[in-house]
Amino acid sequence: MDKDKIDKIIEKYPSDPSSLIQILLEIQSENHWLPKEAIERVSEKLQVPLNRIQHIATFYKAFSLVPKGRHEIHVCVGTACHVRGAQRVLDRVQDLTGISPGETDLDMKFSLETVNCLGCCALGPVMVVDGEYHGKMAPAKSEEVLKAVE
Amino acid sequence: MPKLNSAAELEKFRKDLLSKRDPNKPCITLCSGTACHATHSEKVAAAIEQEIEKQGLTAEVDFRRTGCHGFCEKGPIVVIYPEEICYLQVTAEDIPEITSQTLKEKKVVDRLLYVDPTTGEKATLESDIPFYKNQERIILSFNTRIDPKSIEDYLAIGGYQALAKALFEMTPEQVIGEVKAANLRGRGGAGFPAGIKWEAARKTQGELKYVIVNCDEGDPGAYMDRSLMEGNPHSVLEGLMIGAYAIGSREGYVYIRQEYPLAVENLTIALTQAEEYGLLGDKILGSGFNFKVKVHRGAGAFVCGEETSLLRSLEGKPGEPRARPPYPAVKGLWEKPTNINNVETWANVPLIINKGSAAFTSIGTDGSKGTKIFSLVGKVNNTGLVEVPMGVTLRDIIYKIGGGIPGGKRFKAVQTGGPSGGCIPEQYLDIKVDFDELKKVGAIMGSGGMIVMDEDTCMVDVARYFLNFLTGESCGKCSPCREGIRQMLKILTKISEGKGREGDIELLEELGETTRDASLCALGGTAPNPVLNTIRYFRDEYEAHIKEKRCPAYVCKDLISYYIDPEKCQACLSCLRKCPSEAIAGGKNQIHVIDQDKCIKCGTCFEVCPSRFRAVKKISGEPVPPPIPEEARIIVRERKKK
Repeated sequence: MDKDKIDKIIEKYPSDPSSLIQILLEIQSENHWLPKEAIERVSEKLQVPLNRIQHIATFYKAFSLVPKGRHEIHVCVGTACHVRGAQRVLDRVQDLTGISPGETDLDMKFSLETVNCLGCCALGPVMVVDGEYHGKMAPAKSEEVLKAVE
Repeated sequence: MPKLNSAAELEKFRKDLLSKRDPNKPCITLCSGTACHATHSEKVAAAIEQEIEKQGLTAEVDFRRTGCHGFCEKGPIVVIYPEEICYLQVTAEDIPEITSQTLKEKKVVDRLLYVDPTTGEKATLESDIPFYKNQERIILSFNTRIDPKSIEDYLAIGGYQALAKALFEMTPEQVIGEVKAANLRGRGGAGFPAGIKWEAARKTQGELKYVIVNCDEGDPGAYMDRSLMEGNPHSVLEGLMIGAYAIGSREGYVYIRQEYPLAVENLTIALTQAEEYGLLGDKILGSGFNFKVKVHRGAGAFVCGEETSLLRSLEGKPGEPRARPPYPAVKGLWEKPTNINNVETWANVPLIINKGSAAFTSIGTDGSKGTKIFSLVGKVNNTGLVEVPMGVTLRDIIYKIGGGIPGGKRFKAVQTGGPSGGCIPEQYLDIKVDFDELKKVGAIMGSGGMIVMDEDTCMVDVARYFLNFLTGESCGKCSPCREGIRQMLKILTKISEGKGREGDIELLEELGETTRDASLCALGGTAPNPVLNTIRYFRDEYEAHIKEKRCPAYVCKDLISYYIDPEKCQACLSCLRKCPSEAIAGGKNQIHVIDQDKCIKCGTCFEVCPSRFRAVKKISGEPVPPPIPEEARIIVRERKKK
């Protein structure tokens, strides 16, 4: 991530420590993870010590300190999806990709995350791949979805 | 756009707006909430725009994207005004027909109407569908009538009238008095009276005070607040401003989950529009009241729904709670007096000011007034958002509105209150839903998640599920919560793996009570609820897991086996081909047999076995019958040859 881009994001917010989470969120959504140079730049600009940024980046689930794969899989494990069999879908997805939630595979193809509720309970179990929603999932169906991805 | 400088100008603008709008002009509306979005409502929207133009109706027909209609099970939803014809599960391919038939010829497209699954009767109007008919939609009804991105739509239905009334006709004390008289209780879960909270914040001395909207809706299976924020952001904003005026605040925050991008977008648009119209900023409507609002996105932490954590998060720090008192009304954001209410609570405020507390208290029970929105989800036919008066029974919600349990299964329990709540069994289905009644049966109202569970749901698994969730969400600051939840989860996991021991249930109860009593904030204080409550009502299920190593609902993987009934198997190869671990032996005309050592218990065979055979069975608590010998498996082929 280049410096100008980071600076542009920082400049959008008032330069006080309360903007910290908002700035990090924007870098995260732009870049899909928080690279070291971005964190250092934010620390310097906002005058917030690095260890506090580290604390925030690890406390909140939206942030990632490692790069993400080309395709992001989110399996909803909200209660409604859970009672409709989300765990079995998740098991199958883990099996197919070889990664656990929070991980990225070695080819950088897939990153897998679980989410606590997407609020599409009518469609549960729900799996989202690169922003596209796939509803009424079953283990066998999740395999078809993943195979269709590049 | 005009800058409105007085209440009279606001009224004049509204009148002009209405005079320009013909209520009889055909208008096609499309639900554009997140759930419909997931079922590709955007494609439908594009098709509507294209088709209206293609069929030359641009001047004669309006198109409006509205907020969530609530009947998410049947989305995307299209409603055509003024007749209010309601079409369900509409796809882009249906649009040319809807346009030519309904919009042009005023004919109903029969196949898109709601069909009652029991009677087979069709419903043309939205209000005729049992899901809607049995609700009392006051707050949610606005969602379906306006485009959330248009302040003019909100003004046209009487928006900001309550603000004008509060600013010009009422003193702050009178506003608080009205809210107190309405006995508006916090819709976020705890049910604390909003008026008392406001009064405390007003009475605290301080030049700078804050008001905050809590839209950190973290309970899994709950999405009422999101739908309100997405579908009618101005109503929340108006409520917040009335609250700010009453308390004496000139700065507000909306704390909103970043997982809700559409809600953030619609709210941001609403703020900009309100500012342009002079409804936000300095000298609002020409009065002496100044107010500004900032949006703060949450970064994914369940605990931030707790008010002291939320405040820390707003300050740009990790969202860790602190002990109360002092309450935020005394020491809140940056140590200043602060009032926090949930989205739905704020959205109720304009109604109370407009219609008066008496109208509000005419609905509900003794202790709980008004309506409440629930998200009715799980094993229920009509998943969606439901608004009912306080005091209706659970049975009415689940059966009359929800349409009962799918697939002819038996109801087991309904879970309310998210990870802090409890499961209510069948014998209490007739209790009245309000803050106090739910507490009596060991559950809580919570923010409004209502998850229906049927006979296929294992209650030990549900308890384990919630503790697993909470273990990840506990901030770790105080040890009773951090360690208590972890230890309870460990025991529950062992029980579900068939390694439970005598005395585990009692140990869970003891741990649960300690965690409840000794934790710092509500997260830990309520974390044992799912465990204690399922033990209370479903102790037999715990005992079956521990003593018989049996999961009565056939859910816990380590306690079940899949088995193909040789009498029923027709050797169709379906399961054999789909089995991901190649654990199924057999072939064409050869009965299939599962190799129990290879089986990973994913359940694929159970799912793909054709329903006319139903040969795959789940077994728990008893040994799997030995596979039939090779010779016997071929019998099927011989029989088939006949």
